[in-house]
Amino acid sequence: MSNLVDVGVYRSDVIRRNTRARWMQNIYFSTLIIAIIVLLLLLFSIINQTFGYVAISQEIKAEQLSDRPLAELQPTELATILLEQTPRLLLVMVRDNLSAVPVDQFTSTPLRDGINGTVPDDLADLTPRDLSGDTGPAAYARLLGDNLSSAQLVALIEVNVLKVEIEQSWTLVESLTQREEIEASVAATEDQEDLVFYSWLNNRLLTQRNSQRVEEAGIGPALAGTFYLLIMTVAISLPLGVGAAIYLEEYAQESFLNRLLETNIRNLAGVPSIIYGMLGLTVFVNTLSFITQGRSILSGALTLSLLILPIIITNSREALRAVPSTIREASYGLGATKWQTVSRQILPAALPGVLTGLILGVSRAIGETAPLIVIGATNSISTFPDSPFSRFSVLPFTIYNWSSQPDAAFKNASSAAIIVLLVLLLIINSAAIFFRNRAISKRV
Amino acid sequence: MMPNTQTNPSAIPARPNAIEIKKVDIYYGSYRAVHDVNIDIHDRKISAFIGPSGCGKSTVLRAINRMNDLVIGARLEGEIIFQGRNLYGADIDPVEVRRRIGMVFQKPNPFPKSIYDNVAYGPRLLGIKDKATLDEIVESSLKRAALWDEVKNDLKKSGMALSGGQQQRLCIARTIAVEPEVILMDEPCSALDPISTQRIEELMLELVDQYTIVIVTHNMQQAQRVSDYTAFFSIRRTEDEATGKDTRWGELVEFEQTDQLFSRPAKKETADYISGRFG
Ligand SMILES: Nc1ncnc2c1ncn2[C@@H]1O[C@H](COP(=O)(O)OP(=O)(O)OP(=O)(O)O)[C@@H](O)[C@H]1O
Ligand SMILES: [Mg+2]
Repeated sequence: MSNLVDVGVYRSDVIRRNTRARWMQNIYFSTLIIAIIVLLLLLFSIINQTFGYVAISQEIKAEQLSDRPLAELQPTELATILLEQTPRLLLVMVRDNLSAVPVDQFTSTPLRDGINGTVPDDLADLTPRDLSGDTGPAAYARLLGDNLSSAQLVALIEVNVLKVEIEQSWTLVESLTQREEIEASVAATEDQEDLVFYSWLNNRLLTQRNSQRVEEAGIGPALAGTFYLLIMTVAISLPLGVGAAIYLEEYAQESFLNRLLETNIRNLAGVPSIIYGMLGLTVFVNTLSFITQGRSILSGALTLSLLILPIIITNSREALRAVPSTIREASYGLGATKWQTVSRQILPAALPGVLTGLILGVSRAIGETAPLIVIGATNSISTFPDSPFSRFSVLPFTIYNWSSQPDAAFKNASSAAIIVLLVLLLIINSAAIFFRNRAISKRV
Repeated sequence: MMPNTQTNPSAIPARPNAIEIKKVDIYYGSYRAVHDVNIDIHDRKISAFIGPSGCGKSTVLRAINRMNDLVIGARLEGEIIFQGRNLYGADIDPVEVRRRIGMVFQKPNPFPKSIYDNVAYGPRLLGIKDKATLDEIVESSLKRAALWDEVKNDLKKSGMALSGGQQQRLCIARTIAVEPEVILMDEPCSALDPISTQRIEELMLELVDQYTIVIVTHNMQQAQRVSDYTAFFSIRRTEDEATGKDTRWGELVEFEQTDQLFSRPAKKETADYISGRFG
């Protein structure tokens, strides 16, 4: 090689240049490997926390209540067990699970209006106050049996009758490698009765509300809150962001005002999210409370929209700019108006890039906690959001809250919630990627 | 190929689709790209613009259907008269101008859509939705552009999947589909092989019975083969004595019947250029 052209300015330094290239290649490769390792570690630690042995104690064993497993019983049979074992708690169970009105009005509202579900005719006109005598528990048991699923009733029995408590939890690795020690320790500890392999990621976690007791705590309202919040954020920020990008790219003339606007949009992407929270609090929660109803999902969605608008605008503009000018010229040359050209040629061609911006924006929005706490997302919300004006809770906040609880078992629950958040992110982004790929393949 | 039959311009009876370019100066920002261009483009004839690179052929061509409006800072002084009206008058909508004066570009630029949708794009812009009507327009336009036989079984195929020459004919079909009166072509064959070039040239000679055609070309033989009239542009330059700043602009040197311009050019500059002694 080196004797090909090895004179004067053409002195061959191919070997040196190749060595250098190989070095750089190795460096890039190792950074990639490091990133992958870190990611795997993260996933591993989450999964490690989510599954594993738990030591439980319970006051009554399920076999004492029924000769068949609880899961096989009909709702009415389960309700009967509740009626026999905990007659005094049934009112609270009905109120917590079926009430359609605020807690303080429940006892004075006729069941027809106060219950979220079917009410037998003979109970319809009565209020919980009318039922305060001996007839009450039997009536509540009927309501529970009619309106709750078996799984929900089993959960109620476990908590209120069996009084299942998780005394200690182990990680997946511990459970797999130190089985004997764990068994020995459970046998030696007085209040630990049973050792079961437990998945913290379970039906109860997904559907139940938050609670002080880890055995009952779920992310239902928080998951619903995050989901609705994201849907609304996308519904608000996508049209606004794409509209702004179209204006700036296609319509705006070169002017001082527009240049100022552009610079600001670019800078806004770097503003800490808590600042958006403050802005959202003053503008959406307080000033515009007659529209947003204060600390509502709508306020949260508007705030998150502000947060991700710069990302969507910047990406959409780049996508619009990348549309070849030959396409524009062809369209205008055939007598298309500006809007026809934008809507029929430029926007479809830019759609994949726009959706990429949306994916980036949503990925950012889904993990945001700080601005939403400022807006008023709380962890104590026990009702599912039912309108854009509902108060709400969000998953990242629950995760944060649980991981800082003194009860170590909440850390396991928190890991399970992280998995749910990641899966939600994956689902939403897959949907966006699906539409992006369809947009690309449509570009025949 | 036979040269197109030449006609005496004064013998042309009605001239509905003639274009008069009158005292036109075109600026890009403060830069004057062409100065004092006067051309009478004849109805249903092929006029060719020739000249060295940068002399403003494309600039003048694109001014005719107001494509230059899309360039920020581009501006025109003078008049371009079409069908009795100044195209740069206040009451003229450039969108309508571009529908009536279509354009075929140097690089074939079909939309990333099917062949059918490419041709139907223009009619759809005008609000035609009826499937049967669109089918008819697509078929007749593709036939007129001599592409129908090659693609009639494949109308769903992407326009981008055609060969360069086919793409250019698709672009011509697409232009014809909105029934323009004039077709402007900016070096339509410069990206094509000789066979495709010949097909496009034949096509132009067929289309000229219905359309006024203006073509920019660097190919002298092509200008001679297809055009009835030829405009030769050249670059003028002055040097400011004081600042030493060099100013250039394009100017029309000569506009004549093609055979006359090539056989008996009035200006020496033209003679030098067409005989390859330019520069
Ligand atoms: N969009 C533009 N902005 C600024 N100046 C331009 C623009 N388009 C063309 N010009 C300038 O106008 C002059 C004429 O350009 P034009 O493209 O019309 O030349 P042309 O004769 O078509 O050349 P060619 O044969 O290379 O295509 C050139 O000096 C060019 O630099
Ligand atoms: Mg040109």
